[in-house]
Amino acid sequence: MSSWEDDDSAAAAAAAAATTDVELLKRAWRNEKASPEILRFDSALVSRVREQIQLLEETLDDFGESGVDDLVVSLYQMDLDRTLFLLRSYLRLRLQKIEKYMMHISKSEDLLSRLSQQEQRFAKSCTEMMEKHLEQSVLSKLPYGYDSVTRQSLSSTEDDMVPEPQLDTFVFCKTKSDVGAFQLDDIGEEVVDLVADDLYVLRYKSIKGLVESGQIDLI
Amino acid sequence: MAGQSDPHLSIFSPSEVEFVAEDEIVEIVPNIRMEALNMICGDFGPFFPQIPSKVPLWLAVALKKRGKCTIRTPDWMAVDRLTQVLDAERESPKEFQPLPFHYIEISKLLFDHARDDISDAYLVRSLIEDIRDVRFHKVETGLETISGRTHAVKLKNLSAMEVNIVRPFMVRTLQAFYKHDSPQMIQQADNTGSRTTPVTDRGPRRDLRRSLNLLTVFE
Repeated sequence: MSSWEDDDSAAAAAAAAATTDVELLKRAWRNEKASPEILRFDSALVSRVREQIQLLEETLDDFGESGVDDLVVSLYQMDLDRTLFLLRSYLRLRLQKIEKYMMHISKSEDLLSRLSQQEQRFAKSCTEMMEKHLEQSVLSKLPYGYDSVTRQSLSSTEDDMVPEPQLDTFVFCKTKSDVGAFQLDDIGEEVVDLVADDLYVLRYKSIKGLVESGQIDLI
Repeated sequence: MAGQSDPHLSIFSPSEVEFVAEDEIVEIVPNIRMEALNMICGDFGPFFPQIPSKVPLWLAVALKKRGKCTIRTPDWMAVDRLTQVLDAERESPKEFQPLPFHYIEISKLLFDHARDDISDAYLVRSLIEDIRDVRFHKVETGLETISGRTHAVKLKNLSAMEVNIVRPFMVRTLQAFYKHDSPQMIQQADNTGSRTTPVTDRGPRRDLRRSLNLLTVFE
């Protein structure tokens, strides 16, 4: 029994060592794309990828001077372009999500902590601008009681004018390893056996934890 | 398919799915000598004429376009293998045969760029198209069996492009059923007297069985 587990963990460690940062970034990109809410920003990973990009850009400059074969240069250039695309797409995607849910994100410490420092600044200034704009163009002209940015009227009991991501939505996901019997609801009436490398359509809310802990990938 | 144009639900464009598939490893036989490539996405080579080497598909296609290699057709793309898969797909109406997660994209890229390296290319192509059709028909029939209280769908062996095509439809269907089957909605309907079944009749146990039934439909 224990030797099995050892084998498994050794295999997992070997797989992790063999995984490139691009592979990790690709996973983060796919998860981010498929998840309705904003996920945690992996600063260490992004800065590692940035470093590698910079390094390759410098190498390519050197290549130009030292007359390396055009074919080799063009292959490295393609590798660079692919990585740049991935990084840009990932960052842009997050900015889009922040723009869409800026007020919702600004309200919650937990959500804010998922953003990078630059993203936090962006969310903050974006929210301020939007509030100022709404205030000047519409809200200041509305009667008392209807002039809140976040609420429809004074009688609203919660912030009902703040767009929120729909966590109830269904997502396609793939298990990386056996998760075992997994509870889909709060009361334990619905249990699915999540087997390694299987594909499921599940409610995002119920598998949120598995996405965060990296046991399941969204696709 | 309906819903495909919805920008919020089609989260990956077909070219993005292809981008991901281009990282799949294939075997090439170079006709040139080239030093090892230490790229961001991994280390490949060194390359020697007539010595097979493993590289990502995008690199293989780039070399092929410049006439520097031939690409070995993956084993699963052999005529006899595909014939077996097609037969098995036809025989089991509720099961998908295991194929590479990116079989559609890989075969398309190889047909576009390395057609002359594929033996019986015409036959291979038509077999893959037939397999796609049979599988898609299964997905469509499977969709019909989705009902209220379906909280999980298992789609073992469904491929990346198939997921992408069926996603908007599947997600919307599940969401609609989920929404209309939620206890609040049923409560409301009861209160207005339009529904005669008491809430207690919709026991969660029966719901569980139904959702599990569905799980096996796609298995």
